[in-house]
Amino acid sequence: MKIVVLVKQVPDTETSIKVGDKAINEAGVKWIISPYDEFAIEEGIRIREKTGGEVIAVSLGPDRVVEALRTAYAMGVDRAVHVKVDDYVTFDSTYTSELLANLIKAENADLVIGGRQSIDTDSSQVVIQIAERLNIPHIAMALKLEFDGKKVTATREVEGGTETVETQAPVAVTAQKGLNEPRYPSLKGIMSAKKKPVDVKKPDELGATASKIEVVGLEPPPPRISGRKLEAADAQGFASQLVKALREEAKVI
Amino acid sequence: MADVLIVGELKDGELKKISKELTSAGRKIADAIGGKVHAVIITDNVDKFAGDLKAAGADTIVGANLGDFNPEAYANGIYSIIQEKKPSVVLIPHSSQGKEYSARVAIKANAGIVADAVGLSVDGGKVVAKKPIYSGKAYANFKVTSDIQIFTVRANSQEVTPKDGAGAVEKSGATAGEVRTKSLSKDLSGGNKVQLADASIIVSGGRGIKGPENWPLLQDLADTLGAALGASRATVDAGWISHSHQVGQTGKTVSPNCYIACGISGAIQHLAGMGSSKYIVAINKDGDAPIFKVATYGVVADLFEVVPALTSEFKKVLG
Repeated sequence: MKIVVLVKQVPDTETSIKVGDKAINEAGVKWIISPYDEFAIEEGIRIREKTGGEVIAVSLGPDRVVEALRTAYAMGVDRAVHVKVDDYVTFDSTYTSELLANLIKAENADLVIGGRQSIDTDSSQVVIQIAERLNIPHIAMALKLEFDGKKVTATREVEGGTETVETQAPVAVTAQKGLNEPRYPSLKGIMSAKKKPVDVKKPDELGATASKIEVVGLEPPPPRISGRKLEAADAQGFASQLVKALREEAKVI
Repeated sequence: MADVLIVGELKDGELKKISKELTSAGRKIADAIGGKVHAVIITDNVDKFAGDLKAAGADTIVGANLGDFNPEAYANGIYSIIQEKKPSVVLIPHSSQGKEYSARVAIKANAGIVADAVGLSVDGGKVVAKKPIYSGKAYANFKVTSDIQIFTVRANSQEVTPKDGAGAVEKSGATAGEVRTKSLSKDLSGGNKVQLADASIIVSGGRGIKGPENWPLLQDLADTLGAALGASRATVDAGWISHSHQVGQTGKTVSPNCYIACGISGAIQHLAGMGSSKYIVAINKDGDAPIFKVATYGVVADLFEVVPALTSEFKKVLG
């Protein structure tokens, strides 16, 4: 069994972001593995622990993403591949999915798993685009996954509840919160991860065509409507003021 | 070749508001680039929606009978309609369904895609899509350089402006094609009465509600306003409510017109999920809570007193 886990490195939510012209200023940014991808790594390792085989972590981005691959090693993946590109390229899901699909095709993976979205662009595109490029089925927003190497049964989140679906491998899956509890890397794992090899692939080796997105520019978020604290003697006073503000001033109710 | 194709969405056989939002946004783009607006609805009863979509600007209203939602079926069917209509711009809801089939449609159409757009404008004949990135700490503008430009669009981000299109109704012969995932069962018992992603009003609770027995207090207010019920991560992790209600980084990203945060302190991960709400009401006893930094209207008081008073006040004025 071969499992490919997609790992994206993103700025920590708590980190402050300085907006440049076409990219962010990376000075002082703390980088983490996108939280949903941690569920994907954990699930990949759990399946391998049950059925045997190999888990390959793949990360696309500039040099710093190697740190994310070291963390994946420390959690227990068997191999790591770095697809080396500039960071802004990751805005273009069709380009990144082409690079990754070409890599995965060569690996002949039974399962491709990644987070349901990355927390930097929230696009929810890459894993399913890879499925389409590889001409395989996908299961999005998995909350529970059973995989015997051939048959895949999953419970997934759908609007208003859950759905249980079945398909055959090879398959691509996106992980939703609730799928598992990602393990913390052990100290031993962290130490040995430092020495493990990271295979580097460049875009021309992977035969991708060209980007289909042009970054026009980045800008700071629009200013919020300025706020105020209401003053009232009691709950009734707050309630009548709020109703008035929402109906007459904001006109939203 | 300058047409716009939008894909609408239904819920329980009724048109979701996003369908009209996309039609209206599509109309504006089509007027700027000189084309028609085709509105696709996955249904065998398209006549029912023709009036509403015509009034939002649709020139053709296309019904496609693709059965129950399956991402591959929708992708196959919508792609064959794209091949027939040859639009240069495609707008798809950034809903749980739209996110799924749009990815496959983009690859089939060999098109670039920008997902989760909140702003759409036209520059030099190309659409410029604006979207929040890095949890809303920055906004990015993108153009798609391929012949077909695909965008998924966040609910409540586009205005519905009345402007009649030609309104011709068509029934498409598009089929579901090959589908490799089989649905075994569905459980819709734990869900929200109103979907968080589409809701224009959300009433949300945090640790300050003290326990799961107090949700009815918030649900009452939500029902009065026709709002969805949201929750902070703390309440979900404590097991007070199902994860499908969670708003924030590891929950849902929402952009309602009005977000009423009750007993929510406003951790940065929560703000990441609701910070783009148009108006934010915060009700919290702790006047130093970070939620007040983003609140349009702040109420420093006990939610157990204010929420019921608010519900009864709204009941009075809303009849």
